[in-house]
This record gives sequence, structure tokens and C-alpha cells, in this order.
Amino acid sequence: MSKPIVATASLAGCFGCHMSILDIDERILTLIDLVEFNKSPIDDIKKFTKMCDIGIIEGGCCNSENVENLRAFRKNCKILISCGECAIMGGLPAMRNGIPVKECLEEAYLKSPTVDDTIIPNDDELPMILDRVYPLHEIVKIDYYLPGCPPRADLIWEALVALLNNKPLSLPYEVVKFD
Amino acid sequence: MSELQFTIDGKDCKAKSGQTIVEAARENGIYIPTLCNFQGMKPAGTCRICTVKVAGRYQAACTTPAAPGMIVESNTPEIEDMRKAIVEMLFVEGNHMCPTCEKSGNCELQALGYRYTMLAPRFPYLWPVREVDAHAPKIYLDRNRCVQCLRCVRGIVTGDGKHVFALSQRGNKVGIDIDAQLAAGLSEDQAKKAMDQCPVGAILRKEIGFAVPIGRRKYDGKPIGSEV
Repeated sequence: MSKPIVATASLAGCFGCHMSILDIDERILTLIDLVEFNKSPIDDIKKFTKMCDIGIIEGGCCNSENVENLRAFRKNCKILISCGECAIMGGLPAMRNGIPVKECLEEAYLKSPTVDDTIIPNDDELPMILDRVYPLHEIVKIDYYLPGCPPRADLIWEALVALLNNKPLSLPYEVVKFD
Repeated sequence: MSELQFTIDGKDCKAKSGQTIVEAARENGIYIPTLCNFQGMKPAGTCRICTVKVAGRYQAACTTPAAPGMIVESNTPEIEDMRKAIVEMLFVEGNHMCPTCEKSGNCELQALGYRYTMLAPRFPYLWPVREVDAHAPKIYLDRNRCVQCLRCVRGIVTGDGKHVFALSQRGNKVGIDIDAQLAAGLSEDQAKKAMDQCPVGAILRKEIGFAVPIGRRKYDGKPIGSEV
């Protein structure tokens, strides 16, 4: 039997959740034996080359590229996991949600004391900023949620092991945290 | 005071007359979750997390006195799911950014989220726009995290009986306001009391944040209610 295939991505996130994946320590050797990675920053595969079994996404959606990427994950992954606070509720990037986009851009590119060229970047190559930051489950169907900032390494590990073995996931009190 | 007998989920319980279901349950070793309720303060029944079923009707256990022969249902799948839904509703109704909040780990709303293993709320986030008031010298009020439990309104009173906090507006615009003059005169002890009485991170003392490391905070290791 071929190995289950895993893909990962960081959208509007800080890569902290990916760090937490690496934080499973020496179990990462077992993980590499157990699964094959496809599109992921871990192996630097940029585009899906085959259908994946599990997609793990950190970060919410703050621009059009995030949405495109997320939809590609939904299309190419049988199971999609929302990993971390940003994916689940928008997290720190969502602190802009009460501020109009125009004000955000002006603050960052025009009024900030350290800017030199006072223009708001606008090019076809650049993704459009969304009106607010969206949690993943408000854009596509999400199958599982792993909360935490970042989710504890043990939680990520246990979730993967449970999925790979088709067993129910036990959620001990110590690993389900929102910070 | 006379004693009366009643049952919670079939367990025989004793209560003093006039005692609320929440208080009596606690003395009988049964935890009914509460959020707006604060020991020693007159109950307000604002959050409804303590909802129980008595004779087929839903009641707030923090405001309902135990009565002789009363049959209370508390720990049923239906009621527990309703409580979880209330926690989720409180999370989406405000802007609760646990990773950035000083109260994280000591927050009663968060602790209830942990107790009910809330992975993601079933309701859409509302993202209300709310003001932070940091004018007072010793405390600040972050309305993004407020759950309108009214603990501060009820409990924080100056020596001459004036309320430092008050409720303003109605419906979904309801919020807590702070009396600038009275807040300016708060003593160190009163500021501490205000912060401790707030179940969430809406009232915080300035310049003392993040003093306790992750792992040693109140709800890091044990769920809320495990002391009962």
C-alpha cells in the first residue's frame, strides 16, 4: 500500500504552526516513514502533483491569493485540517477587522514614520487585500480543527496518528489550548 | 435556617432555605458552570451558562433558589451542549484574541471553552467594533473582550457607595462604561479587585501583564470547576 500523502500551507500565518509540526522532535523520523509530503514548505513543492489525503493549513485568509490557495487545497485534499488560532478565527491578522482596508493601507504605506516612497503598492502581480481576515471554515468546508497558538506538537502528532490509523482522537485537557 | 432536600441528576442534595441551586450544588460536590456569578455578590443571571432544567423548564441556577423536593437536571447531553453553545456564542460575539490577551490562562470564558473542548465555534464571527478605554491611571477597559456579566458594575463601588462601572446602551450595542473621575481615584487594592472580578480580560491592571509563565496559570493544568 502506498503511503498517505500530506500537504501543508501557511496562509495569513506566521509559520509558528509549522514550527510546532517540527516540534514533534524525533517523531519526525517516524512521520517521514509513515507519510509522503506533497505541496508543502517542508519539501518546497510549490504545486499539487497528485491527490493528497491530508491537508494541514495554518493562517486565515487575508488576501485573494490565500483564498485561491485554500480552494486548491480543498480540491486536492480529501481531509482538510484547520491548524491554529489564525486558521480557526483569523488570529492576530484579524485585529485589523474593525479598521477599513483603506485606513490600514494608508497607515502602512503613507503615514508610517519609516516609509520612503509614499505610494500604496498596486500591481496585477500583487494579491488583493480582502475586506477583513476570514477564518478558513467561512470559505471552504473544514473537516477538523486543531486549536492553539501554536497547537501543541503533541496535539498535531496525536491528530495525525489518529487519522492515519483511522482511530478516534483523544483530546486531553493539557493539549487543547487557545494560546 | 431550615434545611431542605432536593435532587440534582438523581443525586440527593441538601440546601439551606434561600440558597440558590448553584450554591447548594457546590456544597454537595456538584459543579454547575457559572460565568457572571461571583461568590459573595448578588446574582444577576446575565450569562445563562448555569442553565438547568427544573420540572421541564429552563432556569438560571444562579438566581433560582433550591426548593424542597425540586428535581434538577444539569449534566445531560442536551444541557451541556446548550452551555457549550453559549460559550461559543460569547466567543463570536466579541473579539476574543486569546493569543494576545494578558488574561489568557486565567480567563474564565477561555476555561469554559477548554472544559467544553471548544475547537471552533458553530456560529459565524461578528467582529464588532469596540473601543478600548485606557484613560484611567491604574486600569484599562478593553470592551472587545467584555461579556457583559456585570460583575464590575455590581462589585466595584467606592468607599462612599458610588459605582465605578455602568452599563450603557441596549441590545447588541450594550457595553460597559467607566466613570473617568472615580477610576482616576481607584486605589491599588480596588484596581486589583476590579481585575480579579472580571472573568475575562476586559478589565486589566496596567504594567503587570504576563507575570505568570505559561504552564503555571490558573487553568493551564486543571479544568474550571475541578475544585468542586
